[in-house]
Amino acid sequence: MTAILDVRNLNTSFSTPEGTVRAVNDVSFSIEAGETLGIVGESGSGKSQIFMSVMGLLAKNGRAEGSVQFKGKEILNLKVDELNKIRGVKMSMIFQDPMTSLNPYLSVKRQMTEVLETHRGMSQDAALTAAVNLLDIVQIPEARRRVHMFPHEFSGGMRQRVMIAMALLCEPELLIADEPTTALDVTVQAQILDLLGKLKRETGMAIALITHDLGVIAGLANRVMVMYAGEVAERANAGPLFKTPQHPYTQGLLRSMPRLDEHRANRLQTIGGQPPNLQHLPDGCRFRDRCSYAFDRCAAEQPLLRTIAEGRAKACHLEAL
Amino acid sequence: MAVADISIGAVQEVQGRSLWADARHRFLRNKAAVASLIVFCVIVAACFLAPHLGLRAPDDINWDLESWGPPNLELGYLLGTDANNRDLFVRTLYGGQVSLLVGFTATLVSLVIGVIWGATAGFIGGRIDGFMMRIVDILYSIPFIFFVIMLTVVFGRFITLIYVAIGAVSWLDMARIVRGQTISIRRREFIEAAEASGVSKWRIITRHIIPNCLGPVVVYVTLTVPNVILTESFISFLGMGVQEPDSSWGTLVSEAAVVMGIAPWAIIGTGGILAVTLLCLNFIGDGMRDALDPKDR
Amino acid sequence: MLHYLMRRLGGAIPTLFIIIAGTFFLMRLAPGGPFARERKVPKEVEENLLRAYHLDEPLWQQFLRYLNGLLHGDFGPSFKYKDFSVAELIFGGFPVSLQLGAIAIVLALAIGLTLGIWAALRQNSTADYAAMSVSMVGIAVPNFVVAPILTLLIGMQLQLLPVGGWGHTSNYVLPVIALCLPQIAAIARLTRASMIEVLSSNFVRTARAKGLPARVTITRHAIRAAVLPVVSYLGPAVANIITGSVVVEQIFSIPGIGRYFVQGSLNRDYTLVMGVTVFYGALIILCNLIADLLYGVLDPKVRYD
Repeated sequence: MTAILDVRNLNTSFSTPEGTVRAVNDVSFSIEAGETLGIVGESGSGKSQIFMSVMGLLAKNGRAEGSVQFKGKEILNLKVDELNKIRGVKMSMIFQDPMTSLNPYLSVKRQMTEVLETHRGMSQDAALTAAVNLLDIVQIPEARRRVHMFPHEFSGGMRQRVMIAMALLCEPELLIADEPTTALDVTVQAQILDLLGKLKRETGMAIALITHDLGVIAGLANRVMVMYAGEVAERANAGPLFKTPQHPYTQGLLRSMPRLDEHRANRLQTIGGQPPNLQHLPDGCRFRDRCSYAFDRCAAEQPLLRTIAEGRAKACHLEAL
Repeated sequence: MAVADISIGAVQEVQGRSLWADARHRFLRNKAAVASLIVFCVIVAACFLAPHLGLRAPDDINWDLESWGPPNLELGYLLGTDANNRDLFVRTLYGGQVSLLVGFTATLVSLVIGVIWGATAGFIGGRIDGFMMRIVDILYSIPFIFFVIMLTVVFGRFITLIYVAIGAVSWLDMARIVRGQTISIRRREFIEAAEASGVSKWRIITRHIIPNCLGPVVVYVTLTVPNVILTESFISFLGMGVQEPDSSWGTLVSEAAVVMGIAPWAIIGTGGILAVTLLCLNFIGDGMRDALDPKDR
Repeated sequence: MLHYLMRRLGGAIPTLFIIIAGTFFLMRLAPGGPFARERKVPKEVEENLLRAYHLDEPLWQQFLRYLNGLLHGDFGPSFKYKDFSVAELIFGGFPVSLQLGAIAIVLALAIGLTLGIWAALRQNSTADYAAMSVSMVGIAVPNFVVAPILTLLIGMQLQLLPVGGWGHTSNYVLPVIALCLPQIAAIARLTRASMIEVLSSNFVRTARAKGLPARVTITRHAIRAAVLPVVSYLGPAVANIITGSVVVEQIFSIPGIGRYFVQGSLNRDYTLVMGVTVFYGALIILCNLIADLLYGVLDPKVRYD
């Protein structure tokens, strides 16, 4: 069956006065119906820009090349009118900071009903009922009253729920969640992740969960894609990735997480060094300066993403960790 | 969505640049600003070096020519003559001295008042800050020109007082900016660290706060100068500013406006040089603002 | 909302008081009296004149008398125009100045907003640079340079419009243009900067992500947010137009208040100068209040403060 989203050889770059920044480099992946793909990486890894390219939300100086297919239909660089038939309808996106992502000058009601009025041709009243319904589903108390309020009258966690509700109004088949919990308190994070899990079970929609926090991925993602310096470092099902990471970077990420089940008061393990400058990328493997396993082939030749087992791929010259 | 989201990665390849070197680089890339700077320097030089350029004196009357006569290139009257058969072009240059001097002096006055007011309010904070800024708010609502005009009426048109008067009504923006900067800098951790390690308040102000304020202050100074020149020209135009035999660009434009039917070159010349100067100053100010506080424009 | 307005009103009253007091005491400080210019009059006549105008009373008493008069709409007699009271002059000239100023501000808003939004939507294009350079000229060049040049070109050379006077529609054109040009420029620049910032904001990104048509995103989301700084600028805009009108009325011989102010200043007609300043000061304060009200309507954060 066709994947919901099929990305092939995506290249996204930005032209700046100081040169071209290659944010996404030859990235390919797909998301099947109903599955949750976790995309992990630090700032600058390109994880968000992939989906900005998919949704046509790149900044003015950004260019995306390659192929992005939504259920078999090519959507990369589609004309805005055509793209608007998919955005918000079949494919929705929620963002990191719910305060700035909601229009402070319009009521929540307006921001929700406009989606239904535009895409489903609903009347104001019908749209309002649907909006309140969805606010109930995302567990906003007193939804009927609250829907008339303005974003600044909601707390951080509730705003994110509002954003989720807004994204689900047209029952999309794919929800892209760009760091949905990063700006929230830890306790609220857990609630939002629970909500996403519940919605996924009830609607069967696919989710692309972008985060820098491995803890967020665990429990929600079926498959995980690890990004580094604009490229895919490793791709695997969630379980095997956590148990036996095959890329030094993934291993480093996992090791740097403090764990409750380790009793020894060890120093926190970190990955030394800094991510590379995307305008002046080093030759060979981009991770080699920080990799404890690097050998001569790493400097000479850039490792390509290769399949190493059923459903597993990595971009590393090492045979196995 | 903006490019700023891309982390370029600090260490290896990119060379760090100090704020000022960076700003200068950005300023020089702004063609309009650079061109304006050159033109402005030429105008300033022409005006202040006029006595040494071997030109006619500004009060030199030539009885052979008619008043408000047309430009006469053979005899060197680039803008023709004025009402009293004097060289209008030379008078314009000398008038420029007055206007530019007012510009710089009044700006200096507003700078001093504004910085002291703003820094004090921002540094002390609390009720005093609130009170001082209330006064700024109130003064902001008052139509300046009216007060400047009244001040000139009251003080019998002494030139220096005009400079002071204009400066005295132009300091409000400066005070606001300086106060804002002082507050944001004061809250930063390195100030707390300095205070905690016992650095005296005075040293904190001079060594840390003032250098960090300089950026926006410089921008506002460059934008205040044209405003001040404009204000002075305005009141001189109405006949309430500089008096004969001195003249500023405002008075010259005023005279030329009256006879524009018979001597259109006069208003074009005098008004033109005033306009070009103000335009250049505005472009320079804009360029400085972009250089010191870059946003994706 | 009421709370917000009350606070604004509370700030307005001391401001007005300061304007009145400041004007009054400044005028009284001026050396020489309103009669200093005329021929030397015999001492008894001078004393009688002073008494008639209450100028022989102590200063604070004169001030209270003035305040009292203001409350009754009496700005005192004009020292120069002997047959008129200042109030008569002001209210006689006001309709003219009002027409001029109102048309100017409406035009400035309409054209400035449109131009700013148009430029922002074409950011960094040639059209944008052109528009912004032209508006820079509008801001920098004083209106007393623009007005004569316009008059020269259109009034004299091309003979399309009259160069002075009032009464006919064609009289309005040149003065209104001279008056509103700088404000069109200022509003255009402000709108453009605000619009550019809003267009790259997160909530506009969300609107796009929701698949809303571009037209809706721009009007309902972007413009709505971008307009706020312009609303804040309304107060200063009105102040600038009032200031500009002083010169424009002079140049085009328009019988408005601005002209009285200039004459009064040159003639040391105290009461007239004070009256105009107080009147315009109050008008500006009123416009600021209206702008604040409008801002409160548009910004829900303020509304429910």
